[in-house]
Amino acid sequence: MGNKAIQIDERDNVATVTGDVNAGEQLEVIGSDGGVIFKLKVSETIPFGHKLAIRPIKKGEAILKYGEIIGVASKPIPAGAWVHIHNVGSARLPSRGREEGIL
Amino acid sequence: MTEFYGYGRQDGSVGVRNHLLVIAPIDCSYEPAKKIAAQVEGAVAVTQYHGCGNDPVLAHNLVGTGLNPNVAAVLIVGLGCETLTADIVADGIRPSGKPVERLVIQEEGGTLKTQEKAIRILQRWAQEVAEFRPEPFPVSRLTLAVECGGSDATSGLSANPAVGVACDKLIDEGGTVIFSEPQEMIGTQHILARRALSKQAADDIYTMIDRDEARLKAVGVDSRWMSAGNIDGGLTTIEEKSLGAIRKGGTKPVQGVLWNDWDRFDRPTRPGLWLQDGTGWDVPSVTHMVAAGTQVVCFTSGQGSTTGHAVAPVIKITGNPVTYAQMEDNMDINAGTILDGSESLNSVGERIYRTIIETASGKKTKAEALGFKDFIVFCRSRAAEHMLGHC
Repeated sequence: MGNKAIQIDERDNVATVTGDVNAGEQLEVIGSDGGVIFKLKVSETIPFGHKLAIRPIKKGEAILKYGEIIGVASKPIPAGAWVHIHNVGSARLPSRGREEGIL
Repeated sequence: MTEFYGYGRQDGSVGVRNHLLVIAPIDCSYEPAKKIAAQVEGAVAVTQYHGCGNDPVLAHNLVGTGLNPNVAAVLIVGLGCETLTADIVADGIRPSGKPVERLVIQEEGGTLKTQEKAIRILQRWAQEVAEFRPEPFPVSRLTLAVECGGSDATSGLSANPAVGVACDKLIDEGGTVIFSEPQEMIGTQHILARRALSKQAADDIYTMIDRDEARLKAVGVDSRWMSAGNIDGGLTTIEEKSLGAIRKGGTKPVQGVLWNDWDRFDRPTRPGLWLQDGTGWDVPSVTHMVAAGTQVVCFTSGQGSTTGHAVAPVIKITGNPVTYAQMEDNMDINAGTILDGSESLNSVGERIYRTIIETASGKKTKAEALGFKDFIVFCRSRAAEHMLGHC
């Protein structure tokens, strides 16, 4: 069974994977009506529940999920790459996280 | 216009059940009240555990539960020395026009004499409500409450978005939706405020959520950062986490905040989406939304919460297919089909909407069929709220 990535809102530039995905896998990005929007090759391992970029994202560009800004890219992110705390910071708060021993 | 089958009440509201509610205004009379209710089909006893002072929060939520259209009649069983008296609660419910009776143990001369009178009253009511026949009503007469508890990585991905689709549909047809848990809205104040239909509503949204942040900070919890479990599960920012939570209420504009405190207890004054100030604690959160008039509850749970409610049917939805498979006895809907691709988000949303209508029209949820009558009134510490400058 092929893994999928769900794009919750059509404005989103990330999709969330529905199973553990290995680097190099072909993934179907599906929308809320279940239709396949496109297929995408994943460039790195992405665990279940995590996100990948469905188009290239520039450094400083907004990350959109649920049609809203969930953060800002702290580095350029190519399509198919894992999107998480290593390349995204909150848009509203200073970027802090586990690596700074806060958690 | 979609219709459901319900029971028209004297005050114009529509109930989806005919519960006989026995209210013990304070815990002291709860044991006899429980035993009374156990002797009559369709009766359920509830109480609160915050003492016998006449605290408005306690009174509002007990009265609100009695006023709920799913309650056909109310018997209040007091002890007699409490300040939150049976009469205070009875007077609050009587304007609805439904049958309200009160018995006070110390007046009657003990629990056994009280029980005899009480059971006789309830027995008569049980026979009367059995004659009620439901009639069709438009779904615009429905108020749905949405709750999430025992969440996991699937909650913001499948279950909550699917329930959100159902909420949007209900609101499009003129219905009302309430959700709560302000601590799960932290990080989305600006988003919800942007969806608010008035400046007052936007201000109230900020006030409500900012106060919950302050409460967490006062006990040393910095609500802005997430747990290692959240991060390992894939949540990158608090905005993302809270957006996943608020998605359960759908995408419609926000009519306003329903306050539930010492100064006021609000009910929806028009159809649409409302946010109730409340707690993240599951059973009280549902209890408070039911006290505000909710007839049916949708409750999403990734890990598998099994709770019901004393007077409102609770539909349990999980977005985790493993949880559904393991806990099918308690889960009504499997939204995990979105994850394996066998169903689309929109079609699960439709399925949830149909289940809401069916449940309103009489279909029992799994928690209901098991007789789970959860009920808890939550009350914040008034002293702490005063010290935080909230009141």
